[in-house]
Amino acid sequence: MMLDFFSYDFIRFALAASLLGSITAGIIGTYVVTRRMVFITGGITHASFGGLGLGFFLGINPLLGAAVFGLISGVGVEYLSRFHKIREDSVIAMVWSFGMALGIIFISLSPGYAPNLMSYLFGNILSVSSQDLWIMAILLMLVLALFIPFFRLIQYATFDEDFARTSRVPVSLFKYLLAALVALTAVVYIRVAGIILVLSLLTIPQNTALLFSNNLKKIMWLSVGIGFLGSLLGLTISYAWDIPSGASIIFSLVILYLAGSAGKTIFKARKKSKLQIELPAKLNLKEKNKS
Amino acid sequence: MNLVELKSVSFGYQDEPVIDGVDLIIRDGDFIGMIGPNGGGKSTIIRIIMGLLEPWIGEVIISKETNIGYLPQTHNFDNRYPISVLEVVLSGLLKVHGITTRVNKKDKQKALEVLDKVGMADLARRSIGDLSGGQMQRVFIGRALISNPHLLILDEPVTYVDNRFEQELYNLLEKISQETSILLVSHDIGQIVSCVRTIACVNRHLHYHPSNQITEEILESYNCPIDLITHGHVPHRVLHTHLP
Repeated sequence: MMLDFFSYDFIRFALAASLLGSITAGIIGTYVVTRRMVFITGGITHASFGGLGLGFFLGINPLLGAAVFGLISGVGVEYLSRFHKIREDSVIAMVWSFGMALGIIFISLSPGYAPNLMSYLFGNILSVSSQDLWIMAILLMLVLALFIPFFRLIQYATFDEDFARTSRVPVSLFKYLLAALVALTAVVYIRVAGIILVLSLLTIPQNTALLFSNNLKKIMWLSVGIGFLGSLLGLTISYAWDIPSGASIIFSLVILYLAGSAGKTIFKARKKSKLQIELPAKLNLKEKNKS
Repeated sequence: MNLVELKSVSFGYQDEPVIDGVDLIIRDGDFIGMIGPNGGGKSTIIRIIMGLLEPWIGEVIISKETNIGYLPQTHNFDNRYPISVLEVVLSGLLKVHGITTRVNKKDKQKALEVLDKVGMADLARRSIGDLSGGQMQRVFIGRALISNPHLLILDEPVTYVDNRFEQELYNLLEKISQETSILLVSHDIGQIVSCVRTIACVNRHLHYHPSNQITEEILESYNCPIDLITHGHVPHRVLHTHLP
């Protein structure tokens, strides 16, 4: 059955997309989660729906429209957040709903057929083309080109931005570059996970990894592994029970998170009970020594 | 050599200036205590020196080579960020290594030495968020020290720390001040007056007093609203009145 599984092109493409996606999302998602910009990313992802609609309306590649909208909203929110006078979360909600509304308006104005919106809302990793894979590979190169040489700068500037600013490094430039990469990642993976589910690829593996480490590099690698494992599990479930792949991948990722969380709790409880046995014994020893 | 020079610098957050026409020169070998009431503009001056605020008018002259170690008064960081104590101290090297900062064995060794100085070597692997406020403050002091700065600026360093570490810190600063200039900010004159060499009194304006011998007359004439009681012939032994 497994050989059968791999003999299809679309399965091989789906596996390649999972691998590329897990690496990209593992790295970018760790930035998103540790900088607490999950909600911003949600806003970007949904705002890009407006670009999808515009793409349909103009008859160009919808993902190109989505990328433009994603970039504008991502960099825009980052820019606005510099001024503390605005309520950032409210602005994000506005961008979020405005993008969705624009998308619906453009699509209903588009002449002719109604595009398959479901595939953009929920994604379909089994429809990935070789062109999609190239785009994903290029995006991953961009991500690595930023994260490998500037890893520590990104880490320090995310942890304590003010302090990094006093170190004569271009903190704002990196914030905008990263915001652009977050937006591009969200848009590129709309085809795999869909607008609604792309957030989970950027948050669930990372939070699973955060259960086990306080080392940013390890968290990134763990996220990559967990993301890929979840994708494989999800694809298998999708194949076996004929379930939409996006949903089954998210389901698998959440199961992995819950398993990790339970594992950690049990491990901690055992450690604690061990301590409780050892500590009184040590105390007894001390008292004996005294007498 | 002048490390930092402010020339008639003014700044405010709304329309009202918080500091007005401030002149200050920090030279090699200085140990300046900056005192003044809450809201008087001490931290504002520091943030201008550190480039976090642009002055309304006036000039800030800092040579490119000047390496400043900085302990902010408040820390605007996420204490659930996954970073170890050691790594936080290493981040103090960012300004030396630049944007492609890397860390080698020597840097790590240096970070451990600095952590030892502030009494935190045992907790080097811990997450910063697991520490108490006083322990965090020690780590941030370590971050300010690691690059062997020419000038060390500490904004209210003893805010969260216990009395014992407070004394240790002043001893440490006294040792460091042999080779590093220090600007020590405090709202509490009694704390710092015995170890600093000169005093800058900030209350919208800055009055520089080239000695640590502070008397009530001096402060009154500088319009600096800190009450003092001096005892006998020991002019720098200063007690401040209790708040009602």
